[in-house]
Amino acid sequence: MNTDSYNEGAVVHTPVFIDGHSVEIPILKILQQDGTLYECAELPDIDQELATKVYKTLAFHRVLDERMVASQRQGRLSFYIAALGEEAASVGGAAGLKDQDMIMTQYREQGALMFRGFSLEDFMNQMFSNAKDLGKGRQMPIHYGSKELNYMTISSPLGTQIPQATGYAYGQKLQGLDAVTICYFGEGAASEGDFHAGLNMAAVQEAPVIFFCRNNGYAISTPSDEQFKGNGIASRGVGYGIKTIRIDGNDILAVMKATQTARAYALKENAPVLIEAMSYRLGAHSTSDDPSGYRTREEEEQWQANDPILRMKNWMLAQNWWDETQDAEIYERYRKEVLAAVKVSEKIDKPHLDTLITDVYDVPPVLLQKQLEELKEHINKYPDAYPFTAGKF
Amino acid sequence: MAQMNLLHAINNALDIAMTDNERTVCFGEDVGHFGGVFRATSGLQEKFGKARCFNTPLVEQGIIGFANGLAAQGSVAVAEIQFADYIFPAFDQIVNEAAKFRYRSGNEFDVGKLTIRSPYGGGIAGGLYHSQSPEAYFAHTPGLKVVIPRNPYQAKGLLLASIRDDNPVIFFEPKRLYRASVGEVPAEDYQLPLGKAEVVQTGNDITLLAWGAQMEIIEKAAEKATGDGISCEIIDLRTILPWDIETVVNSVMKTGRLIVSQEAPLTAGFASEIAATIQQECFLHLESPIARVCGMDTPYPLALEKEYVSDHLKVYEAIKHSVNY
Repeated sequence: MNTDSYNEGAVVHTPVFIDGHSVEIPILKILQQDGTLYECAELPDIDQELATKVYKTLAFHRVLDERMVASQRQGRLSFYIAALGEEAASVGGAAGLKDQDMIMTQYREQGALMFRGFSLEDFMNQMFSNAKDLGKGRQMPIHYGSKELNYMTISSPLGTQIPQATGYAYGQKLQGLDAVTICYFGEGAASEGDFHAGLNMAAVQEAPVIFFCRNNGYAISTPSDEQFKGNGIASRGVGYGIKTIRIDGNDILAVMKATQTARAYALKENAPVLIEAMSYRLGAHSTSDDPSGYRTREEEEQWQANDPILRMKNWMLAQNWWDETQDAEIYERYRKEVLAAVKVSEKIDKPHLDTLITDVYDVPPVLLQKQLEELKEHINKYPDAYPFTAGKF
Repeated sequence: MAQMNLLHAINNALDIAMTDNERTVCFGEDVGHFGGVFRATSGLQEKFGKARCFNTPLVEQGIIGFANGLAAQGSVAVAEIQFADYIFPAFDQIVNEAAKFRYRSGNEFDVGKLTIRSPYGGGIAGGLYHSQSPEAYFAHTPGLKVVIPRNPYQAKGLLLASIRDDNPVIFFEPKRLYRASVGEVPAEDYQLPLGKAEVVQTGNDITLLAWGAQMEIIEKAAEKATGDGISCEIIDLRTILPWDIETVVNSVMKTGRLIVSQEAPLTAGFASEIAATIQQECFLHLESPIARVCGMDTPYPLALEKEYVSDHLKVYEAIKHSVNY
């Protein structure tokens, strides 16, 4: 056994207990809310073109979330999850990576998929579970995925993507690819056993994976101080022997800088990195809850003043890379586009009945084919009860 | 052809799979240098290197979560769970993730390259936690294949087919047979079909159906029944999910009688599923009720194991009862 990783401290002769707070964890901040940089702050690799793409993605994200929450309220959509106030974590993460890197997410990271170029139509078709949905209308709204864009299809069970990301990254390493995997999750999901499994295995198996924790203070209604008592999630990374950094998650430049640095490290050292991004979920968990039942308006207002999109806009204006006219123009354009796309996608048919049994296996087994035939006979007998599929197979 | 025990046949199949495809990776607790607690992966790390055959930490949900990611990436992931009794921490990764990976993504992603190997079943004085037969839990999960071999020849051919099948497969190895079952096994690469039962003995009076180590038991019972002039047809189901209904139906249409025997407890075991399907398909051809000879509805015992198990005498009694119904 090799004990090199044991950092033995001073020998003591009376009991001395330590806790997670014995390790002071610095927090990376680059951009201030007024758009100026902190003194001596080191910028990520970013030019006007990339910055404009990042900012436009953030703006589009904000518009899409607003419109889809409204659509849900109007009864046009069954469910939605917005990322209000946390957009920088997902968009900045994707912007700090390369296209060949795999992105595995929880469910509040649609910004990463927008940055990769998932079209508005693709978002809509997934949310309306219609025949054009890449996922064939099988999952609730917001469970996106795209092989072409290296964005793993989302699954609802929390934290399951964490050990999977370790395995995915291990496969990338075995093939010698210039690629890593980034794995997003919330501070609540970090209580799942899969968090422990995934991080420990990544350290032991030396997988080039970036674990990106969005610490937004709440898991539905449960505040983080009822979720854990340690020094955030970052303190755990140290215990697993994983390089760890805590950042301001509302600071897009800090997110990009941390991700770019983590990517280079993970690839060079074949080792995982843990990023804990401190942020706040300004909206509800989903369209199915109302946060006024579990937190105060004052608390929300404090964080509204930390809006990550406004912060980036202030920086863009200060750089003379952006102006108010352009800003008003894109918001107006995105609102129109989203509304128009809703109207198109909600009218597209449901997927064909045959897709009920495809993809369970590579080829449907005999028994399943028989079940489908029986179903078709039944629908033919009672067509009025099955208006979406009757007469369409 | 060489004589091999079931362990050697498994080891040989893994060796061939790793030689044949350099993206095949074997891992699990103690799987690396030590070669697994039963030695199924013996010599593989030495031959293929530490990157492709390695120990994992003691975390079953992590092993299968890792395996899911690795398979989704395109590697051929062969994960070992040291005992089937310890597969339950990985239940979520198997049932909610592996089984649904392709369906939920609309075939954007899949883990068809995943195979989970695990020693299972009783008969080794293993008590509650080294004896279970959990196949029915997984048989209730669309998207999985569940495969169980009865002897070394079957083990090699079915394992190679499982590793190369484009669906996640759980491959349960009857550990009681690891060293006890010895037979002729071809040295070359071969595969046996998944989803296909095998009629191992033809007969006219009654059909006996089992899988894995329980095949030995029903064969022994059939031999005893032959002395009474009863002609038994014996079928090895081989794949529990998706199972070969046609072969069983054809047999029962002929014999009019069916006994299904399993090591697992009676209630909601896979024998129950078979009984329900066969009564539906063969109702007017049945001469007697379909019988299930199974473990009792208790945890797997230790001191009273001999009394608990569905042995050949219990199967023999069921045969006589069915024939004389």
